[in-house]
Amino acid sequence: MPYKLMKGNHALAEAAIRSGLALFGGYPITPQSEILEYLSDHLPAAGGVFVQAESELAGINMVYGAAAAGFRAMTSSSGPGFSLLQEGISYIASAELPAVIVDVQRYGSGLGDIFQAQGDYWMATRGGGHGDYRTIVFAPASVQESVDMMPLAFDKAEQYRNPCLILSDASIAQMMEPVLLPEKIACNPDHDWAVRGKRGQAFKRVTSTMYYIADFDAYIKKKYDTIQENEQRWEAVQVEDADVVLVAYGISSRICKEAVALARAKGFRLGLLRPITLWPFPEKGFAAVNPDVSAYLSVELCALPKLADDVRLATGMNVPVSHFLGGAHTPSSRAVVEAAAALLNQ
Amino acid sequence: MVRVICAGFGGQGVLTAGLVLAEVAMNYGKKVTWVPSYGSEMRGGTASCRLRIRDTEILNPFFEEADLLIAMNQNSLDTLQGQVVQDGVIVSNSTMVNVSGLRSGVRVVETPATAVAAELKNPRGANLVMLGAAVAAIGLFPAEAFADGIDAYFAGKGHGNPLNRACFLRGAATAGRG
Amino acid sequence: MNEKRTPKLLVTENKFCPGCGHGIINRILAEVLEEAGLDDMAIGSLAVGCACLMIDTFGVDWVQAPHGRAAALACGVKRVRPENFVFTYQGDGDALGIGFSETMYAALRNENITAIVVNNGIFGMTGGQMAPTTLPGQRTTTCPAGRDADLTGQPLNIINQMKHLPIGYLARGSVGSFREINKLKEYIRAAVRNQMDGCGYALVEVLSPCPTNWKMPLKAALQRLDTQVKSFFPTGEFIKEGEQIHG
Repeated sequence: MPYKLMKGNHALAEAAIRSGLALFGGYPITPQSEILEYLSDHLPAAGGVFVQAESELAGINMVYGAAAAGFRAMTSSSGPGFSLLQEGISYIASAELPAVIVDVQRYGSGLGDIFQAQGDYWMATRGGGHGDYRTIVFAPASVQESVDMMPLAFDKAEQYRNPCLILSDASIAQMMEPVLLPEKIACNPDHDWAVRGKRGQAFKRVTSTMYYIADFDAYIKKKYDTIQENEQRWEAVQVEDADVVLVAYGISSRICKEAVALARAKGFRLGLLRPITLWPFPEKGFAAVNPDVSAYLSVELCALPKLADDVRLATGMNVPVSHFLGGAHTPSSRAVVEAAAALLNQ
Repeated sequence: MVRVICAGFGGQGVLTAGLVLAEVAMNYGKKVTWVPSYGSEMRGGTASCRLRIRDTEILNPFFEEADLLIAMNQNSLDTLQGQVVQDGVIVSNSTMVNVSGLRSGVRVVETPATAVAAELKNPRGANLVMLGAAVAAIGLFPAEAFADGIDAYFAGKGHGNPLNRACFLRGAATAGRG
Repeated sequence: MNEKRTPKLLVTENKFCPGCGHGIINRILAEVLEEAGLDDMAIGSLAVGCACLMIDTFGVDWVQAPHGRAAALACGVKRVRPENFVFTYQGDGDALGIGFSETMYAALRNENITAIVVNNGIFGMTGGQMAPTTLPGQRTTTCPAGRDADLTGQPLNIINQMKHLPIGYLARGSVGSFREINKLKEYIRAAVRNQMDGCGYALVEVLSPCPTNWKMPLKAALQRLDTQVKSFFPTGEFIKEGEQIHG
């Protein structure tokens, strides 16, 4: 199959169609509007439903409705809109329904600005909305991964009946890379949990499952423990002998990969642990790291460190964890190497 | 590995020139990344895109130093020339860009892209004249084969135009290695 | 001999307060759905407020939305399962306060769903606070001196908001008298048929008493409903088969 040069946003959208997307409800916001634009054109042609919602609140609830009916449904947003989605995500998680939500991260709190950032890390990985839930969070580092994670996210969402998040950012969304696209699959919406009119069966109530499950605390804890145990994904780059290990996801991990190559060429044993799932955080990935590692450095495109906290938790704080922040400007791989080398010399 | 910056006024087709380069490179089996200028950078009317073209996995799509700068207007040349590596190539649109006072240590290819495109009755093809000069100057791909790629690119977009090929080849010829 | 017949959809006793109008409206809806043979194909969308108590007592498939979002959720269901009968059932605080945007946009898009909005002029479940439909001068726990329309705005009249839209069906009924109850059943029947005929959005607003929070005996509450409330919110059909009814 030939490669196709695609923008991250378009690739995500096309991958969603090929993953059996039946309904998309969403609202424009830069830098993810191209997902809407693409789907408004291509999703109806593929037999799905595109609705430009009056708000993110409406969009996520259209997703909730279609998901409750058993169909693959998705919305996407960015920054301020992602905040608005949280109410609905909490409800979808609480009703134990599958759905995929894309957050193309942009910089800053409040209105912020439209360039790339990784500042939604906490909101993405801690549940984001009210109450006891988590979403499985996939963090693509390339346009190809944006494609590959989409069917995976839908599969995992259905496997666990829980919303999955794809946490992209403005740079991956706007850049183009050659991609291979999967074949379109057909999905059966008639899951036993889906509302379809009772059709001779007992009536179903899709709402917080806590109302109908005995010993709900233990049940839901076990569900998320199971996900945490089974769904950690990561990529380790030369961590076995590393004196300093970078931890970075998404676009900043690309910079870090180059930093590792740059450092290694100079004889500096730098490694990279790249979380592919942000929740569950890949704690298991740290087992392969050189036991004598001197320091960890989280590299994040945000003004306040966030990922660094998870590195501390995953490593039991036995090794110093520092952070290198990109903020509004994308750091160079050279600057990352310098920051890492400085840790070694401390 | 080649790192390319393609810059000019919005409307000069710099993003498209970059896209054509990316697509042809991809069809040659290269790895490629294309990153558009974005956000606050875009204000003020300057557009640019940055490409990496490589035989193996591209780690980081961003870069601080470029091997090739395609400068369609004066502002692009003035602000970006400092990012070109020693012995790198700058292709400048001599219809609009004055290269006197340019730094030393780079190879400058001047091509009157805007004028050539006007002469060829394809005024929107100045970007392809520049691309022709650039591709010829760095010798990354044979010009004729690349021109086939241009035809395929625009035909795929539903607006094939033989004058695009002509613009590209004239640009390649101006670089002296067409 | 008189026979007491209860629609099968009312699977158990409702949980509403004594004298609440929801019980009557639930029963009418159940009867209409059974008459139309839709009890097996109905999917309801409700959200938050007294209305949501029917999730356990009204035996159709249900999905419960966040407060105010039932219309958006219903759109999501109907768009992927167009063969089903999809309806919302909400109070006025839910549908017209926090959910005004979702309710209006479902109508603006002329979604092929049926909306039942129960207007009792109050937030019932949270204990009688001012609602979008609270009448001027009416006392509630958040306007204890009576609603001051200069300060809080006029009550929201959803019929006026929608009567110029190209939607399928629009009516306001009441449970304030036997006569009104009989008319209400006709309205709900028409709103259900409207969807099954593919005629787009249908909304029936229902004036309903809340003796508990109005702090009135039922008889007085019904009296108030059929006079004061009805004179502010006139009942009748406003759009039928997509045509605006003048008069």
